[in-house]
Amino acid sequence: MSNLNESGLNPAAQGKAAVMKQIPDDAAVRAESPLHHIDLPSMAGKQKDGGIYLKELAFVGHLSLRCDQKNAEQLSTVKEILGLELPLQPLTSNTNDQVQIRWMSPDEWLITVPGDRTFEIEGLFREKMTGHYSLVNGSGGQTILEVRGPSVVDLLKKCVPVDLHSSEFPGGKVVSTTFAKAGAVIRRLDEQSFELVIRRSFADYIWLWIQDASQEFGLVIEQ
Amino acid sequence: MLSIYCPHCGEHREEEEFHPKGQAHIVRPLDPESCSDKEWGQYLYFRKNTRGLHHELWVHAAGCRKFFNITRDTVSYEIREVYLIGEQPSVTSDRAQS
Amino acid sequence: MAQINRINNSGRIDPTQPLNFTYNGKSYQGFKGDTLASALLANGVDVVGRSFKYSRPRGILAAGAEEPNAILQVGATEATQVPNVRATQQELFNGLVCQSVNGWPNVETDLMSLVGKAGGKMMPPGFYYKTFMYPQSLWPTYENVIRKAAGLGRSPKVGDPDTYDKVNQHCDLLIVGAGPAGLAAAQAAARSGARVIIADEQNEFGGSLLSSNEMIDGQPADSWVKQVAEELEAQPEVMLLPRSTVNGYHDHNFLTIHQRCTDHLADRAPSGQVRQRMHRVRAKWVILATGAHERPLVFGNNDVPGCMLASAVSTYIHRYSVVPGRRLVLMTTNDHGYKTAIDWHAAGREVVAIVDTRQKPKGYRVDQARELGITVISGSAVIEAKGTKRVTAAIVSGINEAGDKLTGSTQELSADTIASSGGWSPAVHLSCHTGSRPVWNDAVAGFVPGATKQKQLLAGGINGVYSLDKVLGSGLEAGLQAVSNLGFAAPAVELPQVEPATEGRSMALYHIPHSKPTSQAPKQFVDYQTDVTAAGIEVACREGFESIEHVKRYTAMGFGTDQGKTGNINGMAITAKALNKTIPETGTTIFRPNYTPITFGAIAGRDCGELFDPKRYTAMHKWHLENGARFEDVGQWKRPWYYPKAGETMQLALDRECTATRDSVGILDASTLGKIDIQGPDAREFLNRVYSNAWAKLAVGKCRYGLMCGEDGMVFDDGVTSCLADNHFLMTTTSGGAARVLEWLELYHQTEWPELEVFFNTVTDHWSTMTISGPNSRKLLSKLTDIDLSNENFAYMDWQEAKVAGAPARIFRISFTGELSYEINVQANYGLYVWEKLFEAGAEFNLTPYGTETMHVLRAEKGFIIAGQDTDGSVTPEDLGMNWCIARKKPFSFIGKRGMAREDCQRENRKQLVGLRTKQPEVVLEEGAQAVFDPNAGIPMPMVGHVTSSYYSANLGHSIAMAVIKGGLGRTGESVYFPQADGGVIEAEICSPVFLDPKGERQNV
Repeated sequence: MSNLNESGLNPAAQGKAAVMKQIPDDAAVRAESPLHHIDLPSMAGKQKDGGIYLKELAFVGHLSLRCDQKNAEQLSTVKEILGLELPLQPLTSNTNDQVQIRWMSPDEWLITVPGDRTFEIEGLFREKMTGHYSLVNGSGGQTILEVRGPSVVDLLKKCVPVDLHSSEFPGGKVVSTTFAKAGAVIRRLDEQSFELVIRRSFADYIWLWIQDASQEFGLVIEQ
Repeated sequence: MLSIYCPHCGEHREEEEFHPKGQAHIVRPLDPESCSDKEWGQYLYFRKNTRGLHHELWVHAAGCRKFFNITRDTVSYEIREVYLIGEQPSVTSDRAQS
Repeated sequence: MAQINRINNSGRIDPTQPLNFTYNGKSYQGFKGDTLASALLANGVDVVGRSFKYSRPRGILAAGAEEPNAILQVGATEATQVPNVRATQQELFNGLVCQSVNGWPNVETDLMSLVGKAGGKMMPPGFYYKTFMYPQSLWPTYENVIRKAAGLGRSPKVGDPDTYDKVNQHCDLLIVGAGPAGLAAAQAAARSGARVIIADEQNEFGGSLLSSNEMIDGQPADSWVKQVAEELEAQPEVMLLPRSTVNGYHDHNFLTIHQRCTDHLADRAPSGQVRQRMHRVRAKWVILATGAHERPLVFGNNDVPGCMLASAVSTYIHRYSVVPGRRLVLMTTNDHGYKTAIDWHAAGREVVAIVDTRQKPKGYRVDQARELGITVISGSAVIEAKGTKRVTAAIVSGINEAGDKLTGSTQELSADTIASSGGWSPAVHLSCHTGSRPVWNDAVAGFVPGATKQKQLLAGGINGVYSLDKVLGSGLEAGLQAVSNLGFAAPAVELPQVEPATEGRSMALYHIPHSKPTSQAPKQFVDYQTDVTAAGIEVACREGFESIEHVKRYTAMGFGTDQGKTGNINGMAITAKALNKTIPETGTTIFRPNYTPITFGAIAGRDCGELFDPKRYTAMHKWHLENGARFEDVGQWKRPWYYPKAGETMQLALDRECTATRDSVGILDASTLGKIDIQGPDAREFLNRVYSNAWAKLAVGKCRYGLMCGEDGMVFDDGVTSCLADNHFLMTTTSGGAARVLEWLELYHQTEWPELEVFFNTVTDHWSTMTISGPNSRKLLSKLTDIDLSNENFAYMDWQEAKVAGAPARIFRISFTGELSYEINVQANYGLYVWEKLFEAGAEFNLTPYGTETMHVLRAEKGFIIAGQDTDGSVTPEDLGMNWCIARKKPFSFIGKRGMAREDCQRENRKQLVGLRTKQPEVVLEEGAQAVFDPNAGIPMPMVGHVTSSYYSANLGHSIAMAVIKGGLGRTGESVYFPQADGGVIEAEICSPVFLDPKGERQNV
């Protein structure tokens, strides 16, 4: 079937799950993020000051890991592969400069990695991880928005029903919730900045919503 | 709008994040083929319409996507307890009466 | 016009800032700080509307949210029209334009008032029910007249240009009302460090203190208010919301607050600003400090303009520097009312008399009035007002101690204003929203909030506590209680000091007797807005209505936009008396959200226009737009429906798309199909349980169609699932069913079969899916990929990994058109690129994009079902003639197996899916058309099924349809008939639903 062998994967792992290098080698193949049609780069820098600063973190590798948090072997394998422990405490995250792991549910984590490392990391999982688990590449289906600024909490209060007060939503906390009439995975980066992981098909709606809702604060697009 | 404690996320969230899935503890018969039409009909269609304590199945649809049970008073809408799939309620109308 | 009633005192208006406004087309001037009501009164405007039923002239009664009469239409342009604005709550701004809402042709001369004049007999309660019920055919005529005669304002005819918002708030403590009780509570809570929201419907905090001359802590009350507000403002965890009405109290301490951010500034919100916000608050604790509303007394002609609430008169004098008349008669049942006469006197206008219904009034205020030389007529009542558009006199009579009989003779006092105070009704509305029924308290002579499950505390007037010292004490106590309940340490606070005042006992009196029986006396209004009179309530009771809820509905008492804030208690007292019961026995009706009317804008917030509902797009959407696609909504997805070329009708476009696909090659954006990644050693077993067909032997590299049923045996979704690896499958679902199917799988996994080792993840958005279909699809694909596409190497129902136009892809050789087809999946970031490359390569084959409509036609030509179109939750696989898709021998009793074995699912004559060919080939049946076997049968004709799918097939040159028909599978060749609305009948012959290529050769080449 696929060129798994070429990638040096453990042949024993091959039969269990299909892994595919999904990023083309050919640089001529044009990639477009979910907000490509908005052309955010052309808006960047147009306005200097505002209450809200927004940028898209496109082409990040999104991997959804499902496994057993009580399986010590799996936990240590994850740490070995990612250099980070799976956050076991609900609604928390562990991050380093390359990898971000978000708790999604008691058996689910959303891992983001540099886009070009996605296939390598998938391969490492297939090679090293034992027991029942699943790893799914969702990189094409999601994108990340970083929103920050002095009005960011006021903006998000219009979008999400969760309590954003820093006593309830400290830095590092991750929440999957409704965003207007769509959904988002929200992580607080610091007092005035948040990251939203959103689905591709809803990206335009969420962009329009943020644009509309931030009108009273002033919206600055960042590169 | 209810405020519901998700036992998996460990905090209260707004009702809009959840989907109600009806009466809890409707167990699929282990051997459906041996059920009479009447028994199967009971399993499929017959539900309580309680005034008072009601055990309900909910899913944290916009959150962790996990199912769980709650015991809710259908008069006051008070949620008396939240418990995991596979567990039995500790607040029941029998106990409430006694 | 001059502000004839304006006085020069230390009110809260700013005479240096005049504001111009227009009422009923006439220009007036008021000052900054005015409400529309105070400005109208200042200008001597007496009539602000006509009453709902009798069209009687009405004037301003109150000064706050309880106002029943001054309900105006505000808006300078069509787009900014707002109906039902209480003039007492609308702040004046420069350029404000308003109208009275009823009165035809206008408020000064109203034709309907002739009906009103004729008296209650002509329009008793139930008048509309009784009069306009029959004949039904005349209802449209009646409706037209009634609408003109009655009604409260109108909605704008064009879109609202302003922006509205919904904001989610969380707090430890929400305090409703920033009067003395609310402020005292807030001060305590704020000092504890709790997260506090304090909301008040008025433009500034202070509540009753804004129109009071009392002293707190040795300073004027308004200085104390200012000091507390400033302290609160400085707290980072305290949010102050003036101009914000808490309009609903819902489950689990969820409250909604309607904030009017710019309504006081201009007709439209200033650029970039939000006009109104709806705060959706989840509060750990709530303090209701909503105060109380004064009750007017019910007497004859008590609705003539100039009849006002006593406290409202004081408010106009103190707060707005307006004395709404020249000669006052004050009627009161209590000491508090005396304040109004004293205020009126202090403003330099004449107090004709205080009419006290008590025999021997005593108290410091009584003494004060007497010392000022004001005439006090005790043991008496105003039994009737004289005048039509303004009070001219008050008829006063002696009254007995019980308040139910007149004594002595009557006298007529010349006056233009009759203020009345019948005591206070706690504002229990929000408490009622929680489902709590108010309870009668004799000492208060009013209903106070009943027990509640909510985390709610009460402070001040809502509890029937009215003297300032007690109100402040009760506020502080509630604040400290909340702090303690929240687990905060008790803050350092002191009770503000107020000189205690002792008032005499009030008299519980609601309805003033008249020398004539109630039924013959001049109308004694209970509910001004819905024109309910004391006589009307007595009629309702006589006609047999015994429950207060029924009396309310029959008379319409409390049905107005004011929800009976001034009238309900009086109405209950009158009902009780008519029924010979006590008020607690009669009980009360219950208030519901909203406390005061709110705009649809605030309810909708930002969820309107483009943002009404999410529109979901595929990665190729831009291309569809650029290529003229018309779109169809499939769930929230925007899918290309068809791609008309210039000048093409929809049918011509479909014909072209259909034939191009069958003759050469077409392409469909199928990205919206639900896709679920399934991994785990038990994945295959799970598929076996949720699909009706067998999955045990599906080999890696193979695809299979599956039918999903509910436990009742009815089809609810379908799609192709492919085996990617031993423990790894990719399931596809219908576009609209993706989320439901995933939740369905999770439900069974989490609740029934947690022992199965399997995980489900959505990958719908991750893959862009493009289907190329038609005899030239292989040739097209071979131009863009290196893999061997021959039938031998890549057979029907196989999938393979390959590069397409350089992008890594999974290609599935599956077909929904019956043609040779390939479904190409690439990571969505490359979707548009690959799509464009396919068009570049496909030019030589006339690659034709087709939309969902052509997809529907092509699949119908093949008899393929669409779950949700050809099924409706009552159709089993057998009904669809899809026995081949039921694996009855699977060891596990799959979902649906037992259900479809039920007696009813196995009976003869079930509706079954068949094909239909109309006798006239060009006639296309309507989808949903009902079938009969005998078109000559009498009405009601026995209906035997309906059309589920119907199209014109350009490939076949005739119309095709699918239908569910009773016993249809055994009726091939028979005719069914479709009676039409125009009396005609369409005849069709039952046939196989597979119209084209019955052996399935085209997809296998």
